Amino acid sequence: MKAAVLVFPGSNCDRDLAVAFRAAGFQTEMVWHKETALPPGTDLVGVPGGFSYGDYLRCGAIAARSPVAAALRNHGDRGGYVFAPCNGFQILTEAGMLPGALLRNAGLKYICKTVGLRVEDTESAFTQPYEKGQVIDIPIAHHEGNYTADAETIARLNGEGRVAFRYVNTPNGATDDIAGVLSSNKRVLGMMPHPERASDPAHGNTDGAALFAGLAQALVAV
Amino acid sequence: MKAQVTVMLKDGVLDPQGEAVRHALGALGFSGVEGVRQGKLIELDLAPGTTEDQVRSMCEGLLANTVIESYRIEM
Repeated sequence: MKAAVLVFPGSNCDRDLAVAFRAAGFQTEMVWHKETALPPGTDLVGVPGGFSYGDYLRCGAIAARSPVAAALRNHGDRGGYVFAPCNGFQILTEAGMLPGALLRNAGLKYICKTVGLRVEDTESAFTQPYEKGQVIDIPIAHHEGNYTADAETIARLNGEGRVAFRYVNTPNGATDDIAGVLSSNKRVLGMMPHPERASDPAHGNTDGAALFAGLAQALVAV
Repeated sequence: MKAQVTVMLKDGVLDPQGEAVRHALGALGFSGVEGVRQGKLIELDLAPGTTEDQVRSMCEGLLANTVIESYRIEM
């Protein structure tokens, strides 16, 4: 099982993500944004949190057009797994790999705290270890996490079971309390919260660990 | 040759920054400000012969996120 974690100038959760991938059993390589290809045999790509390119223009906008983004898009088109927390989610929406966009938090403040998430769909590799409706505690740390999309898109995401997680108490104004969104084949997950920051006993919270274990399990089964 | 691209959040997309500016203007005693929308102005220095169509492609490809933003080009 091979994973790659993309690294952009300004990424700051890349190592946390690699630690979580490795703990789940993935052989993990870091891939610099100037690369035009992923390591051969990559099963899973992590698009980490942080402030890629200083959030210039729009969060994730420049990263979504960087050399490695084309390789990321090909990986997604081939049916590869992608896990993208926080800035990663912003990058995937900018790249058109997930629908919608992330706006400035409705309260205008950067929010850094642990929030409750309700697991809404358990048919993806990421979410199948959880119970449907289960509430897990996962940290958020963002300024632009206010998920928005047109009404038709929101209805489609709800109808197709593509909302992976909803906030129990929405901190950022997100439409329909949406915290995480899956691609139509459910192999690409973007979410604002950070499960990789709640996946080791030393974090004081391991509610996120099952997500990585679930990914490893799905890939072993392939 | 210069082009100016104005990027604004689409109508109907909540602009919390604009709202905060509106509140602050009210707090300063400026009454009658019924709405504030905040956007971006991007100036492009272009080689002669660059067409508006090319600038439009730049807007669609990078300068605006058309999911949430609209743009206006002045050449």
